[in-house]
Amino acid sequence: MRMHEPGHRVAIIDGVRTPFAKAGTLLKPLGVIELGKLAVSELIHRADLDPASVDLLTFGTVIPSVLAPNPAREIALMPLLPKGVQAWTVSRACASANQAITDAVDQILLGHATVAIAGGAESLSNVPILHSRGFSDALVAASRAKTPMQRVQTLATIRPKDLIPVTPAIAEPTTGETMGQSAEKMAKLNGIAREAQDALALASHQGAAAGTADGRLTAEIVPIFPERGTRTPITADNGIRADTTAAQLAKLSPVFDRTYGTVTAGNASPLTDGGAAVLLMREDVAKAAGLTPKAYIRSYAYAALDPGEQLLQAPVLAAPLALRRAGLTLDQMDLVEMHEAFAAQVLSNLQGFESQAWAERAGESAPLGAVDRSKLNVMGGSIAIGHPFGATGARVTTTLVNELARRGGQFGLMTVCAAGGLGFAMVVERA
Amino acid sequence: MSTVSALSLEVEGGIAVLTFDLPEESVNKFSPAVIEEFTGYLTLLEQDPAIRAAVLLSGKPGTFIAGADIDQFLAFQRAEDAAQASAFGHAMMRRIETGRVPIVVAVEGACLGGGLEFALAAAYRLAADTPKTVFALPEIKLGLIPGAGGTQRLPRRIGVQAALDMILTGKNVRAKKAKQLGLVDEVVHPSLLREVAIRRAHALADGTIPRVRETRRKTAMSRALDDTAAGRMLVLRQARQLAMKKSGGNYPAIPAAIDAVRAAFRGSETEGYTAEAELFGHLAMSPVCKELMFLFYATTALKKDAGVPEGTVATRVERLAVVGTGFMGAGIAAVSAQQGLSVRFKDTALDRVAAGLASVREVLREGLTRKHITRREYDDRVGLVSGTMSYTGFGRIPLVIEAVFEDVGVKHTVVRELEQVLPADAVLATNTSTIPIARIAEASARPERVVGMHFFSPVHKMPLLEVVVTPQTAPEVTATAVEFGRRIGKTVIVVNDAPGFYVNRILAPYIAEAGRLLDEGVRVEAIDRAMRAFGFPVGPFTLIDEVGLDIAGKSGAIMAAAFGDRIRSSEALERVVGAGRLGRKGGKGFYAYDEKGKRSGVDPAVYALYPGGSRKAELTPHAIQQRLVLAMVNEAVRCLEDGVLRSARDGDIGAVFGIGFPPFRGGPFRFIDATGAGEIVWRLEALATTHGGPYLPSDFLKRHAIASRTFYPPTGKPV
Repeated sequence: MRMHEPGHRVAIIDGVRTPFAKAGTLLKPLGVIELGKLAVSELIHRADLDPASVDLLTFGTVIPSVLAPNPAREIALMPLLPKGVQAWTVSRACASANQAITDAVDQILLGHATVAIAGGAESLSNVPILHSRGFSDALVAASRAKTPMQRVQTLATIRPKDLIPVTPAIAEPTTGETMGQSAEKMAKLNGIAREAQDALALASHQGAAAGTADGRLTAEIVPIFPERGTRTPITADNGIRADTTAAQLAKLSPVFDRTYGTVTAGNASPLTDGGAAVLLMREDVAKAAGLTPKAYIRSYAYAALDPGEQLLQAPVLAAPLALRRAGLTLDQMDLVEMHEAFAAQVLSNLQGFESQAWAERAGESAPLGAVDRSKLNVMGGSIAIGHPFGATGARVTTTLVNELARRGGQFGLMTVCAAGGLGFAMVVERA
Repeated sequence: MSTVSALSLEVEGGIAVLTFDLPEESVNKFSPAVIEEFTGYLTLLEQDPAIRAAVLLSGKPGTFIAGADIDQFLAFQRAEDAAQASAFGHAMMRRIETGRVPIVVAVEGACLGGGLEFALAAAYRLAADTPKTVFALPEIKLGLIPGAGGTQRLPRRIGVQAALDMILTGKNVRAKKAKQLGLVDEVVHPSLLREVAIRRAHALADGTIPRVRETRRKTAMSRALDDTAAGRMLVLRQARQLAMKKSGGNYPAIPAAIDAVRAAFRGSETEGYTAEAELFGHLAMSPVCKELMFLFYATTALKKDAGVPEGTVATRVERLAVVGTGFMGAGIAAVSAQQGLSVRFKDTALDRVAAGLASVREVLREGLTRKHITRREYDDRVGLVSGTMSYTGFGRIPLVIEAVFEDVGVKHTVVRELEQVLPADAVLATNTSTIPIARIAEASARPERVVGMHFFSPVHKMPLLEVVVTPQTAPEVTATAVEFGRRIGKTVIVVNDAPGFYVNRILAPYIAEAGRLLDEGVRVEAIDRAMRAFGFPVGPFTLIDEVGLDIAGKSGAIMAAAFGDRIRSSEALERVVGAGRLGRKGGKGFYAYDEKGKRSGVDPAVYALYPGGSRKAELTPHAIQQRLVLAMVNEAVRCLEDGVLRSARDGDIGAVFGIGFPPFRGGPFRFIDATGAGEIVWRLEALATTHGGPYLPSDFLKRHAIASRTFYPPTGKPV
């Protein structure tokens, strides 16, 4: 396959992200487009990239903006980039940035592009608030009214309950189940104990705190210089708790099942704002431009299952496929990055990797096996760092390739679970 | 018919479409030959009964008519000649206004001076909705007033208030604003310009649009002030007071313009035009006009001279880096972003980067506040400046400007660090005001890539840039620095490396002698007042307060070390600096400032620091002016002699744009030419007997005087 031909491989040159901040906090004034621009601009500078060489920019985002339906294009219209850059926005729930990255990979492999910027952004501080159906209907009718009297009459049909705004919930349209409820269900189905979940959350915070303290994580972050307020530069994520303990996590009450539940705010990823981007180039083009690839994309795979079953378990189906496409096995992986929507989901996914039944569902004769926990999410994951839906895939990709290079490892696997019962996996190889 | 053939004519259904396209010129302008050709066409139109109306278009993209060709003004020998030329213009405009054939002007691009006067005489004014479509009467900038009826027709068209605003400032009015003012009748998309113009020409011919009509929108205020004799008197009186206060009475065109406008409302129309012609003639012969014209020619010539051998290729800079995010660095970054250039903006500490970005935003926000740019454009510009603490993003930068702390050690460290990360062919520019460039280049492995860029503070307001070259600087490096400077809107002079370069070097004896006057007991305010009266925008002590006494003191010491007794020390100056009075930034300097930074007169504490105590000495303003200006002028000549300056022209431009040397005096070298080199030498020698050093005329100047030479040709184009 072309993907493995030297010279034609897709190289990851660099990745940059904004700090990730809990929704409603530090990054509140910035929308998806601003967050995207900040990450992309810094990426171009850091990579010493000639902006004129960029063929395309694709970005993922989950909560759409009615005012700018194609934010990727708005980002690409920053003055640093030429106006001729192709740009489109993709949406695949929490794997949206991964979709952007693999779209770019496909374009490069097809020969349609040689230099691509892919990433994602999410601003959960800026979720659109919708009007109720009754209110919208009345407004539309009023705008079509021919006389002032008709306008008054149509507006008079509005009832008090119509004035209550509608906030989009993170619930599955097919099942009506929220993410949290799904995670709760997975914990129960797979027998994941509260202690195990809290331990994973603690490891996530400790890993992220260590990566922040020694600068490995902050090196991936573009500092943000706020225009208003205190104007203190923002250089790190604000959800990481270096001082959290197992005891503190154990004190938190379950949110989704108050009686028998195990999923708490402490072992789930928080609502987060942030943006991230990676630079992808065809290997020979990168080298000709004097740029040094960090890693190559060896394979990727998507999978899906019934959202009513185990909503966030599809990585268990995607990972074997990606490894098979890469011609590699799990034990050849030097690092594994698994997106942490919930600790219960990570532990369920890991369990699935070891399960004969899940292996068979994935079309494999034997399970992938156990993940060496010392190689898993070594700088924490989404529980500590945060999870801006559209951006996470690019954040994980960046961290994986940087840490792989730092450790001198050869292969890395990443997985991302996503709403709708979707799963993603990708294998990278250090350059 | 004339031989210029600037005009071409097509007739479509009774409408004559005239296209003005001056051959071998980038813009259309009126010269006697062009006017003759126009007049010929007017006769042709008048005499052809098939022609019912006419349309005038420009064949030049981006300009309609740029005004008169000012070369013709150089030929005027007497005021009567200029007045005659004005009357000649009046006659043509009158034919346009009252001839049988109504004319529609269809303006796309700049419509300036005589172009606007033409438009005002026409029957209908149509403007294209493009950013380049602007209307102005810029004559005042050359020390003149509009001479083809502008001072008469404009106030009648748009009212006295709005007309004075345009005539006294020469400012550009955009198409939409021109419509609001009633200056134009209609604004249309450029693609419709010709079609709509022809339609309006038909309407004028049919009489559905009357030839004489009001286009101004009337408000209660304009009815009171523009439409009554008492209101107009009030406006004119206030304008005169304000303008005299602002100009210090040094610009005779200002009162002349007001007189001309007043004449538009007194007596007959003919008397008004006669008044305009006479005033125009008088001004055209004035020394002020001569010097302002010189500056126009000098800056035009400078734009074509990059200070390097012909054929040297500059690198076009789209991205640059600025190292050092202080006030200067921030200013450089901001003006670069204003031109759409991407800036990597680096310092060693995050809070410094944050402070630098805050000043960048402050500069950029001015555009937003004044509605020159949209919120979107503001965001784009802010986004172009990328703050960082690391040397990432320097690998492909063609130009880096270091604006770090004024310390050789720090500058050397930065040069070495930069050469590790920059591409080998990058230009390394250093922004310094006191350290010789060659000294900074000692740390460089590639001294041929090092050049000085001396910006003036605040960068976004000061028009001058000194590009400072060492004997090692490669010509293409100089060319790149010059072209970048022009790109960010600066007037650029190229000077050779020597202490103080040019601008600060001629400033040093001026400031030092101002200090000596303090030692002699002359009051601070008397000196500042005298120099303002001479035409400087501020006096020397106000200047020092703005720059900062610490910086001025440091710079003075360096200059004294370099130039010995030409820069004399002043005890009073040293004591005031030594007392820790920092100037405006410290809340006290020669003047006192309140918490809001508002100045409240000379601080009496300063007089206590005088070596002679509170002993007062009286010196006439003229004597003060001679002391300071001659010290400056003498040093300027030495700069030419030493080869720091490449030409007297650069010296004049540098002094006017860098220091605010009175523009109506042209600059130090023009001042010598106007006064006479012999007279200057005589005055210098007289001062030298008492004050020595700074007033000893150089041999160069003495030889110049003996040979009765001038720095510029006495007649014709000055440069």
